[in-house]
Amino acid sequence: MSAEPVLSVENLSVRIAGLHILQGVSFEVASAGVTVLLGRNGVGKTTTLRAIVGLTPRNGEVRGTVRMGARSLLARPTHRLVRDGLGYVPEDRCVFAGLTVAENLRLAERRGTAPAYDKVFALFPELDRRGRQRAGSLSGGQQQMLAIGRVLLNDNRLLLVDEPTKGLAPKVVTEVAEVLERVAESVPVLLVEQNLAVVRRLAHDAVVLSAGRVAWTGNAQDLLLETALTKSLLGVGSEVKA
Amino acid sequence: MSTVILLALTGLGLAALYFLVASGLSLVFGLADVLNFAHGLFLGVGAYATWWAAGNLPGAGPSGFGFVVAVAFGVLAGAVVAVLVELVLIRPLYSRTIEQVLVTVGLSLAGVALLQATWGADARPFPRPAWTREVTSVLGANVPNAGLLLIIAAVLVLGGLLAFLRFTRYGLIIRAGVENREMVTALGIDVRKAFTLVFAIGGAAAALAGALGGVYFGTVSPGQGGSLLIFAFIVVVIGGMGSVVGSAYAAVAVGLLQQFVNYYGTSGLGDLCVVGLLAVVLLLRPQGLAGKVAHA
Repeated sequence: MSAEPVLSVENLSVRIAGLHILQGVSFEVASAGVTVLLGRNGVGKTTTLRAIVGLTPRNGEVRGTVRMGARSLLARPTHRLVRDGLGYVPEDRCVFAGLTVAENLRLAERRGTAPAYDKVFALFPELDRRGRQRAGSLSGGQQQMLAIGRVLLNDNRLLLVDEPTKGLAPKVVTEVAEVLERVAESVPVLLVEQNLAVVRRLAHDAVVLSAGRVAWTGNAQDLLLETALTKSLLGVGSEVKA
Repeated sequence: MSTVILLALTGLGLAALYFLVASGLSLVFGLADVLNFAHGLFLGVGAYATWWAAGNLPGAGPSGFGFVVAVAFGVLAGAVVAVLVELVLIRPLYSRTIEQVLVTVGLSLAGVALLQATWGADARPFPRPAWTREVTSVLGANVPNAGLLLIIAAVLVLGGLLAFLRFTRYGLIIRAGVENREMVTALGIDVRKAFTLVFAIGGAAAALAGALGGVYFGTVSPGQGGSLLIFAFIVVVIGGMGSVVGSAYAAVAVGLLQQFVNYYGTSGLGDLCVVGLLAVVLLLRPQGLAGKVAHA
């Protein structure tokens, strides 16, 4: 990574309810493109994203350093980090089921900045058409579009996106990957993803976690070419067509 | 027939009182996960502040516009105390449920003791306009005006709360926060401001219940808030945590059940039936009538 990274994580450790989930994780996120965070289930990928954005549970303990540019993130409350340009799309979408699509989007508007509805509706025309529909009645793919659209209403310096294709139909997975590809042209993305076809299509850099530690970092495409390495680190083969 | 109408309207008056206390309690629990046992204190503060203002505050009095000023003072006092409680005692204890319960139970006991020490333990006559002691004939039933006043106030508060939740930015934040507070902060919103606001709204509604409850019962006493709070909690659980509309439905069910059973059965049986209703709802629909949603 030659250019200045947008995010640097140094020696990040997280303990929750006595479990040492992250044990000194260090990596950097490049200032452009998609950096993917990989690993088997339960190695701490989601915990890493949540620690970065300040959403570790109250009974958890976070140590280490996380910097976005010159600014240290760990001591700051989540809403401040987000206002400073750290967009977060959580695992399982977390749209507000009882609110309409339009209300979900309105909630993400920030005072003092013009929300980019044109950009969001250009990426997801369906959100415009379904403005009055309750978010809870949307399909999984539509909810994922809403979750991503909500974040894209504002300018971001970095997007954290947690398993955006989880549980989606193959056609919708392709649509979501296309959108993330376009989004990554303008804002760097730290992506947690299990679908290696999506990883192959989107990711430039990869960080692989294993048992709460960084097991491998480097070029994502190189990793996917190494079938044996992929199988040993991720427990799956990489012979997946993009 | 007139007896049924009288029981229905006085039951609705009681329901209005429960709703005024329960609506704020429900929003506070739904949004902030705070089981506020000190909520009855806000009712006591509202009642005593109204009582004090009617006799001492310039421009306020026991009748006419002066009474409106006295009630407004009581409501303001309840809201201010609620905000102070949230900022000073509750805010450092978010997500620490046991400590919250201990603090709010302690505060409710200390609040009653403070009211007793200041104005005595005995009930005091509540200053109220003469027309509230009279009755209005409704389809042959002579209904106390104080009960009708409570019903009108509760309907206005319900309408105001629903409009607030439906049409304002903070209403939207509260509805979203009741569903998923963490995700609200992940959208860049300082949800703690919404916590303070729901405490203020809840404190004001409870204080209004205290002032109008004083009119309804004709007296004010330090322990009044605590006894009403028990039924308000039952209303919140039956209605669904965080649901204003659910609280309204549940308050009507509890008020009518109590009134009719106490009249046609034996006195006190209505209270037992309310507890029975609570048990049935918990068994068949534990999330309450409306579930955990702040309805607009």
